[in-house]
Amino acid sequence: MCLAIPGKVVETYDQGGLRMAKVQFGGITREACLEYLPDTQTGEYVLVHVGFAITKVDEVEAERTYQALMELDQLNELESPVVEELDEIEAAKQATTSRFIKARNGHEIS
Amino acid sequence: MPTSRDTEIENQEEAETPVSALFGSCPIPIFEHKQIVLGHGSGGKLTADLIDKIFLPAFRNPILDKLDDQAVVTINGARLAFTTDSFVVTPIFFPGGDIGRLAVHGTVNDLAMSGARPLYLSAAFILEEGLPVDDLRRIVESMRASAADAGVQFVTGDTKVVDRGKGDQIFITTTGIGVIEPGINISADRARPGDAVLLSGYIGDHGMAIMSQREGLEFEGTIESDCASLNGLVAAMLATPSPTAPDFIHCLRDPTRGGAATTLNEISKRANVGMLLNERAIPVRESVKGACEVLGLDPLYVANEGKLLAIVRPDMAEAVLAQMRAHPLGHDAARIGEVVPDHPGMVLMKTEIGGTRVLDVMFGEQLPRIC
Amino acid sequence: MKYLDEYRDGDVATKIVAEMRRIQTQPWVLMEVCGGQTHSIVKNGLDQLLPPGVELVHGPGCPVCVTPLEMIDKAHAIARLPGVIFCSFGDMLRVPGSDGDLFTIKSNGGDVRIVYSPLDCLKIARANPDKQIVFFAIGFETTAPANAMLAWRAREENMTNVSLLVSHVLVPPALEAILASPENRVQGFLGPGHVCAVMGYSEYLPISARYKVPIVITGFEPLDILQGVLMTIQQLEENRAVVENQYSRVLDQVGNLPAQKLVGKVFEVSDRKWRGIGNIPRSGYRLREEFAVHDAEKIFDVAEIATLEPAICISGEILRGIKKPHDCPAFGTLCNPQHPLGATMVSAEGACAAYYAYGRHLKPQGKDAQHQIADPVHATGGSA
Repeated sequence: MCLAIPGKVVETYDQGGLRMAKVQFGGITREACLEYLPDTQTGEYVLVHVGFAITKVDEVEAERTYQALMELDQLNELESPVVEELDEIEAAKQATTSRFIKARNGHEIS
Repeated sequence: MPTSRDTEIENQEEAETPVSALFGSCPIPIFEHKQIVLGHGSGGKLTADLIDKIFLPAFRNPILDKLDDQAVVTINGARLAFTTDSFVVTPIFFPGGDIGRLAVHGTVNDLAMSGARPLYLSAAFILEEGLPVDDLRRIVESMRASAADAGVQFVTGDTKVVDRGKGDQIFITTTGIGVIEPGINISADRARPGDAVLLSGYIGDHGMAIMSQREGLEFEGTIESDCASLNGLVAAMLATPSPTAPDFIHCLRDPTRGGAATTLNEISKRANVGMLLNERAIPVRESVKGACEVLGLDPLYVANEGKLLAIVRPDMAEAVLAQMRAHPLGHDAARIGEVVPDHPGMVLMKTEIGGTRVLDVMFGEQLPRIC
Repeated sequence: MKYLDEYRDGDVATKIVAEMRRIQTQPWVLMEVCGGQTHSIVKNGLDQLLPPGVELVHGPGCPVCVTPLEMIDKAHAIARLPGVIFCSFGDMLRVPGSDGDLFTIKSNGGDVRIVYSPLDCLKIARANPDKQIVFFAIGFETTAPANAMLAWRAREENMTNVSLLVSHVLVPPALEAILASPENRVQGFLGPGHVCAVMGYSEYLPISARYKVPIVITGFEPLDILQGVLMTIQQLEENRAVVENQYSRVLDQVGNLPAQKLVGKVFEVSDRKWRGIGNIPRSGYRLREEFAVHDAEKIFDVAEIATLEPAICISGEILRGIKKPHDCPAFGTLCNPQHPLGATMVSAEGACAAYYAYGRHLKPQGKDAQHQIADPVHATGGSA
């Protein structure tokens, strides 16, 4: 649900008693209501849903999330863990498996 | 229709079962429209339904049954293409064009898609009482210029006026004829497995230009209708150097209402072949993409008025593409997929992310969504 | 487009899936709550990319699908009235009631208008002072602030010709209803990203704790969803069950306080009937008493319509993730977007409609077999 698209605030103004903004989405500009993000400055990115800016896009967080995704490659190439760790992992796996089997026996899973 | 016994059972179930085990509940479906709804004009399944159920049964004949955008008739050995189209767009003036320009290019293009050289057009006007004469003058001037661009002449016409409130300013119907040279054999049913699917440029411009003017959906930006006559581009493609006759172009269609996805589905079904497209290869302008994202629309289903799809024999595909790119209307032409023997009648697309999606025909018009 | 395109990178998608394969030791059943997430999954073919044994089932996160038939019929009854301009989001136009849809009503002379923002209704109301402007206020918590603003402004400006027909639904009670069901097979959830952008995610902490399920609040782009799935599998593999935030670039635990404040001033929590599920206590919003003059249910005398709902379709089970659209014998044949039989087909966001639109009722054969839309669980026999 909830189609909300990130766009860049290029202008803010007041209209009809409401704080409004012009928001740019990849080459087109549309109006959005800023009443729920009153301290938004031009240049900031907001998420717009049905003509309302509902939240800001945190550039630092966005960068961090993206870096985490980029680093997955490196994770895949890690050396295998030492033996003790392996035992722990195995134990954890077994615990999860038995939990799953218990749950599974309780329901018919198609 | 549910019987009273069904209701009884349903009420019983409702009374006995707690929230956690409640069943789905279904409304009585709408099976038939007793009146025409807007979706019937959208170019999607509803339109097809109307054609199938009302028009074809009444008018059936071998030429009509082909259901191409134009009819090819043979008279005294000469092959003529013959087509008609009505234009009811609102607003009548939009970024990149107007209803008059559309009325010329739309019909010229229908002729050009059979490989015909468009020659003569007629124009019938239905004017609403109260339409400013200056608006009419502007539209007609636009038609003059467009006809000159396309190299066609208006040779006959008609005018009617209807009461205020009965006509949405102006409706235009244009009919056109053109001649098809020997050796050209272009028709939807000629698509063959292995053929390349070529697209002449950016999709979604026209539909989004119109949408940008719609009340409540306005946006600022530079989306202009791509409205143009394609006969020059088609001629360039047919002139691709080749040792044989220009029969390497199997099929041409301009993706108007319903967009590229609908058009490719029509070809697939007509020729009983499948298609596999590559999403990454399909050109969409940033501004159109942005507008579509905001409104929840899909550019593949948005109307175009100056683009064509070509199904071309694979050995000639690169050469035809080069011809297209050398033409002003084909600068951004791209090879977007291929015809395949599998899943006949279905168009599949490899998505940007690596999955596969089936592109079905639109049901009615695409509506902006919040979900 | 910034903050969208980066999250559609096919190479990164492959990496995320590789990581899933690396850590996965057994099958898992996950549910994405939002209709928008379902849409993204089906449109991008994301479920085909997942490792075998990771099954995504689709939740009731489509406010259009879950709007009860009675409410649709009320909307239609109001739209038919002369002197009414009925305004709605595009999504609702094709939803059939007991007799036709809003398009049919329009073709019969009803003044039905699509709006993009609820504020558009104010413009229409000012331009038509002699008409009653009624807005179909549907949605989850994401849309509540926008709908609330319409009611608020209408009252501030004393626009007595503006009213709202409210059918708001809330996610947490629906999640609990699913988890409380003895037939539930869902082990982890992708939480509703945009709902939480407004509301924060603190409401999900007690649910996660009580039912011991991981809930990862997830976005909507392909990489968001894949990362959300990965984070959920990580928790399941490590036997953890907490709330995590994948969509951190857009939301935090607290949410948008000014929005929550206005929503609280305009709406109050009420019981709501969910199409396909039934009544869930305290699962919706209604207008507060102070807004009675803008409450279409009170202004218009639309009698309670007794709706006959034969139990042909299985949309209830689909909404709760127990079945899939192709488990239904009517899917794609008797039931399709042109003739929808139930809640999950009526809206473009419903699981059945999304499946249908992206061709799941059609089964491609032949050379493109690798592109075939296979059910990941059944394809491998279902066990780890």
